[in-house]
Amino acid sequence: MEALNLYDKLWGSHVVREEKDGTALLYIDRHLVHEVTSPQAFEGLRLAGRKPWRTGSVLAVADHNVPTTGREGGIRDAVSRLQVETLDSNCEDYGILEFRMNDLRQGIVHVVGPEQGATLPGMTVVCGDSHTSTHGAFAALAFGIGTSEVEHVLATQCLLGKKSKSMRIAVEGELGRGVTAKDIALYVIGRIGTAGGTGYAIEFSGSAVSALSMEGRMTLCNMAIEAGARAGMVAVDEKTIEYLRGRPFSPQGELWEAACSYWRTLKSDEGAHFDATVTIDAAEIRPQVTWGTSPEMVVAIDGAVPDPKHFSDPVKRQGMERALAYMGLSPNQKIEEIVVDKIFIGSCTNSRIEDLRAAAGVVKGRHVAKNIRLAMVVPGSGLVKRQAEKEGLDRIFQEAGFEWREPGCSMCLAMNDDRLSLGERCASTSNRNFEGRQGQGGRTHLVSPELAAAAAIAGHFVDPGRLP
Amino acid sequence: MKPFGYLDGLVVPLDRPNVDTDAIIPKQFLKSIRRSGFGPNLFDEWRYLDHGEPGMDNSRRKPNPDFVLNAPRYRGAQILLCRENFGCGSSREHAPWALEDYGFRAIIAPSFADIFYNNCFKNGLLPIVLDAKTVDGLFHETFGNEGYRLAIDLEKQVVVTPSGERIGFEVDAFRKHCLIEGLDDIGLTLVHGDEIRAFEDRYRGAQPWLFIGNEK
Repeated sequence: MEALNLYDKLWGSHVVREEKDGTALLYIDRHLVHEVTSPQAFEGLRLAGRKPWRTGSVLAVADHNVPTTGREGGIRDAVSRLQVETLDSNCEDYGILEFRMNDLRQGIVHVVGPEQGATLPGMTVVCGDSHTSTHGAFAALAFGIGTSEVEHVLATQCLLGKKSKSMRIAVEGELGRGVTAKDIALYVIGRIGTAGGTGYAIEFSGSAVSALSMEGRMTLCNMAIEAGARAGMVAVDEKTIEYLRGRPFSPQGELWEAACSYWRTLKSDEGAHFDATVTIDAAEIRPQVTWGTSPEMVVAIDGAVPDPKHFSDPVKRQGMERALAYMGLSPNQKIEEIVVDKIFIGSCTNSRIEDLRAAAGVVKGRHVAKNIRLAMVVPGSGLVKRQAEKEGLDRIFQEAGFEWREPGCSMCLAMNDDRLSLGERCASTSNRNFEGRQGQGGRTHLVSPELAAAAAIAGHFVDPGRLP
Repeated sequence: MKPFGYLDGLVVPLDRPNVDTDAIIPKQFLKSIRRSGFGPNLFDEWRYLDHGEPGMDNSRRKPNPDFVLNAPRYRGAQILLCRENFGCGSSREHAPWALEDYGFRAIIAPSFADIFYNNCFKNGLLPIVLDAKTVDGLFHETFGNEGYRLAIDLEKQVVVTPSGERIGFEVDAFRKHCLIEGLDDIGLTLVHGDEIRAFEDRYRGAQPWLFIGNEK
C-alpha cells in the first residue's frame, strides 16, 4: 500500500469527483461563519433563490465586530450593529445555529469551534477567515476562504479546488525554558518567509510539536497562514482525543469509540512523501519578537533590529527600510530597549486558557509599568473567560493594572473600538503586524503571552526570566 | 461576474513587496454588508492623508500626492503591477472587490498569496504570475514611459508589450474557462448535485459522528 501523508489522507477522503486536470469537488464537513465575510454570501444565496445544503454543518458566531466592554447597551456603532444584526437574521432565516453576543459560548470563531468539539479530526473545516488553519491542530483539513466560496459551500456543501503541495516542518528536540508555540511559529516564519508556505499545506511534526498541548498546537497551526500556507496540521495523538472527550459536539458512547479508532489513523504513514521538508532544532529557538511590518521580520528577544545595509536584494532592503521608518526604529537597536505603550493579550492565536495562565504567571504579584497607557486581556470566548475567573486569573490581571474584557477579535484587527492611535507601540499576542493593522499608524510587535506580560511589567521588551 | 477576454490597459506600478489585504482595504470598510462601493477606499491609508471611515464623502478628503495611484499619469489604470506575495494576509474578498470596483481588471506580480489569488477569479479579476526578472523589467518600462500600456489576451495566455514582445503566462484551464465565460461556479457545481448526495450518503455511513452535533 502506498504510504500517504496526513494531508493526502484528509484530501483523499473528501473528494466527491475529480476532473482530468486535477480540479476536485471537495466535500466540506464544518462551515464556521462570522459576521464580516458572510452577509454578501447570504445575499447571493437569497438572490439566486438557493438554500443552504446542510444547515447542521454550519456554526455561526459574531466575533470581529463586537465590543469588549459595555455589552449590556448593545453595539453603539450603527454600521457594526447592522452587520451583527444581519448575521443574526440570516441565521434565524435559514435555521443556522448561532452563538449570539451575550451567549456564554460566544467568542472568537477559532476558539469556539474546538472548544465546542465542533472541530473534529478528519474533518474538512472552512470559514471566511484566513486563520481557519487553527483547526488543523486536530488533524482536520482546515483553511480560510473568501465570501464567494462561503456562498459556494452554503449552496453546495463543497468547494472547487486543486490539491496543494505538501510540506513537513519537523521541530525536533526540547524547547528551551520560556519558549512557546508562538515562538516556534514566529521562528518558522522568520526562517521560511511569509511566502515560504505559499501553495503548500504544512504538517507540523517532530518531538517538540508532539510535546505541545492542544492549545499550543492551535497557536502553531493558526500562524501557518502567516507563512503563506492556507492549511497547517498536526497528527492525532492521545492529547487530541483527550481534549475532545465530552465536548458538546463530540460523539458519545459507541460512536465515540468508533470515531477514536478512525481518528488514530490520522497521521502520516512511515516513509510518506512530502514535496518539501524543513527540519528545525528546537533548542535553537529563543523567545521571538517581530520588529517590522511583516511577521517574517522577527528576531530573538536578546537580539537587535537588523541593518538593511547588510541585505543585497534591493526589493528586500527597501522593504526593510520602509518597515523601520513606519515602526520608528533604527538599525542595530536592541530589542530589550524598545519601549511600548500598549499591551494586547488576546486573538485567535493566543487567547485560550493556557495563554491566560501563562501570562498571569508572569504578572502575578507585579504591577504594570507607569509608561503603559493600556494593558488589556481579551479572553477568546465566554467559556475561557469563565474558566479564568474560576481560577482567579481575572483578579491577578486587574490587580496588576490590566483591563479584563469581553471576548472577541478586539485589537487584533481593531474593527471595534479597541485600537492603537497614531504612533502608539504595542506588544501584542496577535498574528499580524501589518501597517495599520491595529489602528492607523499603530506599531505592532508580535510576541507570546509571556513576553507581552513581561513587557507590560517592565514597560519595554524583556525576557520574563530577567524581570526583578 | 464580468467576463474577461482581451484587455488593453494602462499600467500603474505599486513598487513594494508583501502588500497585504489590510493595506488593500482597511478593516473599517469591512463593516459593509454590500459587495460593491469599495473602490474609493482602495489602499485608503496610503491614498489619503486623513483617516477614512465608512460613509465619508471621499471626494472631499485630502489625497496623498506621493501615492502612485494619485499621480495624474496613472489615472484610469486597469492593470496593477506589483511585487512578490501580493495580497497576503486575511481572506477578505473585499480586497478584490475594492480593486475591481476601482477599475482594475488584471494584476501582475511575481507571486500572490493563495486565498487572494483564488478570490480574484471569482470577481472577474485576472491575477498574472510572471517571473521576478520580467516583472522588474515591466517596472522599469512603466516608470520610464508615461502612458505605458499592456495588452492581455487571456485566450492565448499572453501579455503583449508596446514593442510587440509577447510574454506567456500560466493559468488554470478551469479558472480560465470560467473567467472568459463569466460563469458562476455554484451553478456548475450544482449540476453534480446527485454525486454530492451519493457521496454524502456513503460518508454518513462511514463516519456518522460527523452528522451529529448541532444536527441532533
